[in-house]
Amino acid sequence: MSFSIVEFLKSLAELTTANYLRQVWGNAPWVELVLDIIGVVLVSSFGLIIVIFLIWLERKLIARIQDRIGPNRVGGKFGLLQSVADAMKLLSKELITPNGADKWAYNLAPYLIVITSLLMWAVIPFAPGVVGVDLNIGLFYILAISSVSVVTILLAGWGSNNKYALLGAFRSVAQLVSYEVPMILSVLVPILLARSMSTVDIIEAQTVPFILVVPLSALIFFISSLAETGRTPFDLLEADSEIVAGFHIEYSGMKFAMFFLAEFLGTLFMSGLFVVVYLGGYRFFGLENFETAGGFALGNLFGLITFFVKMFLVYFVFVWVRATLPRVRIDQMLNLNWKFLVPVTLALIFAAAVVDKLLPTGMGDVSRAGVHLFSNVLIGIVTLEILRWHGRKQRVEQEARVSRNLEGVEALAAEAVSSEAAAAH
Amino acid sequence: MTETIIFIIVSVFTLATGWIVVTNRNLFHAALALMASFLGVAGLYVLLDAGFLAAAQLLVYIGAISILIIFAIMLTRRMMQTNESAFNAQPGLSAITAVSVFAIIAYILWRMRQFWPIEPAAGVPLASRTVVPDSLLMDSVAALGRSFVSPDAFVLPFEVASILLLAALIGSIWVAWPKAEDK
Repeated sequence: MSFSIVEFLKSLAELTTANYLRQVWGNAPWVELVLDIIGVVLVSSFGLIIVIFLIWLERKLIARIQDRIGPNRVGGKFGLLQSVADAMKLLSKELITPNGADKWAYNLAPYLIVITSLLMWAVIPFAPGVVGVDLNIGLFYILAISSVSVVTILLAGWGSNNKYALLGAFRSVAQLVSYEVPMILSVLVPILLARSMSTVDIIEAQTVPFILVVPLSALIFFISSLAETGRTPFDLLEADSEIVAGFHIEYSGMKFAMFFLAEFLGTLFMSGLFVVVYLGGYRFFGLENFETAGGFALGNLFGLITFFVKMFLVYFVFVWVRATLPRVRIDQMLNLNWKFLVPVTLALIFAAAVVDKLLPTGMGDVSRAGVHLFSNVLIGIVTLEILRWHGRKQRVEQEARVSRNLEGVEALAAEAVSSEAAAAH
Repeated sequence: MTETIIFIIVSVFTLATGWIVVTNRNLFHAALALMASFLGVAGLYVLLDAGFLAAAQLLVYIGAISILIIFAIMLTRRMMQTNESAFNAQPGLSAITAVSVFAIIAYILWRMRQFWPIEPAAGVPLASRTVVPDSLLMDSVAALGRSFVSPDAFVLPFEVASILLLAALIGSIWVAWPKAEDK
């Protein structure tokens, strides 16, 4: 088959360019290698370039939420080129290595953290058939890679030879390692329902999006992904007012920008993962299978658009949370994790497994989803009741303590008055 | 051919970082090299088509155990300043032990040489080198999971490990529980 530009453009619109190139180039051994390299370059440059847009979007959104205007000078009325200008500035700045820094750890950390946040995109399906690799352990792979990113934070914190950096790194590790637990556990519920860890299989299993089947699991996943990306209200890792900037305080120029790149990329990735696991990924009422009368499969393109719209909707919620919530204290953060999220997710997994096993096999997807939803709502109500009971108990104890103290104060005051009266005599 | 080249690169990487772990006097760097060595082992698992094992290696060894080691190093600051030799008084004895363990493993592997499925059949292209059928590979995680709960396979060791972990959990809660006199 010879190369024709019309066919090539058509395959681009159908997102089947790789197959088309395979047909054109034949079966030579280098074809797969070249296609793989093209895929890697495309996905990584997508990740690196979209961050410029994300930073602008986040600044603009937060500004609007806080009744400010936000970037509005560089690049027209909306300040569209603000982040480009910022990137230029960062590129031209001097890279400083502090005295006494551990050179290996200090210089390796920024690169490793970007590599780990790029590696995770390999298993995200952007559209039907458009996925880096469809691993049978997809979600497990993501969790494994994200656990490596914890190490890079320790590298940065220790390598900087700065007490604030080290404190920030310790906090990060405590936070990331503990919130990994509810995250893994909550994602186990969709895995159970889809009977697979592959991202593609999970999307295919969502006739009803899993957020409507197991909303509690989705909520817990969202909370722990907020913590995993270190964003408000869990931004104790870089709490400006306490430890200045956390583990990346000593970095300058592009190395500092690398950490920000990884953070934004991680947030977008978590939105994408949320879409894949709970919102049905590229699926939108069968639009992803759309075909024109001439057999022109435009559905893939629609799937891609659907995925991106959903991903940016979730990203908007991330920004929304960041713009409105205050930071939690470190003990509140750990208590929330170990005393609330983990027990609830364990109950959720148990309920999902038992309900799924008890349901008859011939049952339709929708009624199955309904039963799961019911069990979720039940667990939610019970949890809220327990919380209310606990809160009331604590309030009663507090009031008792306060009134005891008040009595003591009144007694002291009365004593003071009487002794004063005695002195006046 | 490609497989062999990648295998050699990954093995050299694993062994070289392992060498650094033993010889480097900076404990923090040694721990980092240990992580790199674990990464190399994960690479070997990938070459053997054991994706789940590779991911578990990353999650458990790099994500958990290495971090524990680094924390231990950081919390004992004196260990960073030591100038002692990396060798104790018995280098000869340990060398003999290491060599004999290696010899035993090599001997066992040599005795099992008729099971080596290393040679690809003549005329098979490199891409289809895999000896394990793809259907089994796609299902390997499910098979692994089933073998953990099947009475014919590993249910006993699996449950014993669970009880051990449960005991550790209860023990840590008991240790961390505020005592009456602390209040």
